[in-house]
Amino acid sequence: MLVHSRRARWAVQGVFLALFLPVFALPFLVVVAASLATQWSGALPSGATLDHYRTAVRGEALDALTTSVLTALAASALALATGTWAALAARGPRARRVVGALFVLPVAVPSVVVGLALLVAFSEPPFLLNGTPTIVVLAHAILVTAFAHQSVAAALDRLDPAYEQAAASLGASPLRVLLRVRLPLLLPSLSAAAGLCFALSMGELSATMMLYPPDWLPLPVKVFAATDRGALFPGAALAVVLVTTTLLVLLAVSRVRTRASYR
Amino acid sequence: MVSVLPAPARMAAPARTRRIPAWTLVLPPVTALGLVFLYPLALVLWQSVSPDGGGHGFAAYAEVFGQAAFRNALLDTVLIAAGATAGALLLGFALALVIAFVPLPGGRAIGRFVDVFLSFPSFLITLALLFVYGNAGLANGVWTGMTGAATGPFDFLHTRWGVVLAEVTYFTPFVMRPLLAAFSQLDTAQLDVAASLGARAPRIVRQVVLPEVLPALAAGGSLVLVMSLNEFGIVLFTGAKGVTTLPVLVYGKAILEGDWTGACVVAVVNIALSLALYGLYRTLTARTARPEGERRARA
Repeated sequence: MLVHSRRARWAVQGVFLALFLPVFALPFLVVVAASLATQWSGALPSGATLDHYRTAVRGEALDALTTSVLTALAASALALATGTWAALAARGPRARRVVGALFVLPVAVPSVVVGLALLVAFSEPPFLLNGTPTIVVLAHAILVTAFAHQSVAAALDRLDPAYEQAAASLGASPLRVLLRVRLPLLLPSLSAAAGLCFALSMGELSATMMLYPPDWLPLPVKVFAATDRGALFPGAALAVVLVTTTLLVLLAVSRVRTRASYR
Repeated sequence: MVSVLPAPARMAAPARTRRIPAWTLVLPPVTALGLVFLYPLALVLWQSVSPDGGGHGFAAYAEVFGQAAFRNALLDTVLIAAGATAGALLLGFALALVIAFVPLPGGRAIGRFVDVFLSFPSFLITLALLFVYGNAGLANGVWTGMTGAATGPFDFLHTRWGVVLAEVTYFTPFVMRPLLAAFSQLDTAQLDVAASLGARAPRIVRQVVLPEVLPALAAGGSLVLVMSLNEFGIVLFTGAKGVTTLPVLVYGKAILEGDWTGACVVAVVNIALSLALYGLYRTLTARTARPEGERRARA
């Protein structure tokens, strides 16, 4: 404890809340409030309405939400498979360092540039992916693989080798050790990684703006299109739908995680 | 128990004849990454030295470097990134310090909120700021309501300052997370000793806490620096005509103008800048991570 007198502690807590609440909590409250309003010209928004939500959960907006969810599911699955495989296969400190550095590289490269690179590489035969949903999924997978790999590699570092050694000493084949011992032990961190990948992919805008074909329009692009033409309040409703969907999935994933860690 | 195990494990091993060495298992994911990430990046580099007219050379670089738009974007990118990093470091350090060392009702919930915050899309912050400081928004609404003026005084969202404010808000949790981890490893007895010797809180922070968490601070800071150099959504959403960063320039050149070679040149500059800083970040985190590992090994 750093501050001992009670009055000083209250002062520090007051300053903390004065900084924390406006900076971090206010943005979400404001977006939610705006999504329920038609105009904002005073201290509070006015013209309460649910119309923005009615349009946000049907038609084109619903298509965009489905597109986002499908993209995020596919990209997370790809990223988890690749990242986990790389983390499991890289044994020994040097291999781990090299593979780790390689797989973390997409974080350092700007997402827009990842999009540009995919456009440059896959715009002509034999790899003609430009204009297909595949290229969007691919971009998302590349961008989130780093997080999947990092999370699984960190969990592997903490894994007690005694379990797999015991299984191997009892005659289990390497495949069986992997499927019955190592992967189940990694399940909590795998599901955490899955949640993170899904959330990041749901909110991805930079690479998507470079790549999205007209028939595969994820929700963030739709939010941008709405705010860009000045429709801020409907845009806010779309953003709330996006964040709520993400949070629901994160919640479901964290329930899986608690169940897994109790086993 | 562990010491007993190697013997039967060694006996079991020769029973299976392995045709392929174990390290080849790492090849499929690495190949996949190479094909969809490294190969396209190499093509970007190649395209940047292959102007449309044919042949190869640095003509495109000379042309792009000569454009005022590029120089402005470079300056904007660096200034915004520096400002956002400085702001996030200050705010993140102050907030993490309070969460870690001053008991607060709901402190743990706040820590969890910070974790969730990290997975939100960045453009959400800009959207929120539009409602708080925008032309028609909370702050200006309060002002016009109080003074009766026609317009409010807050009109900075479409300038560099608006982008910096949004990025500070969005990136501060990225500084707080490593700091909170570092604070939790700090031996609180040191603080108590310093306090019992008569040091006041500011002095304890400066002379005991700060030196101890400096690596975590540096790591968080350089991560934020890289991320703010690469940030696109926040700048795009402010819709600031006067503010262009390198990623926005890449988007503009490639998608809006169709100038691929120019876009690739800007992309190469952006990658070089980010990778240099990212290398720095990795060096700093490697230094932070090592003592932590030793500590765990000793425990």
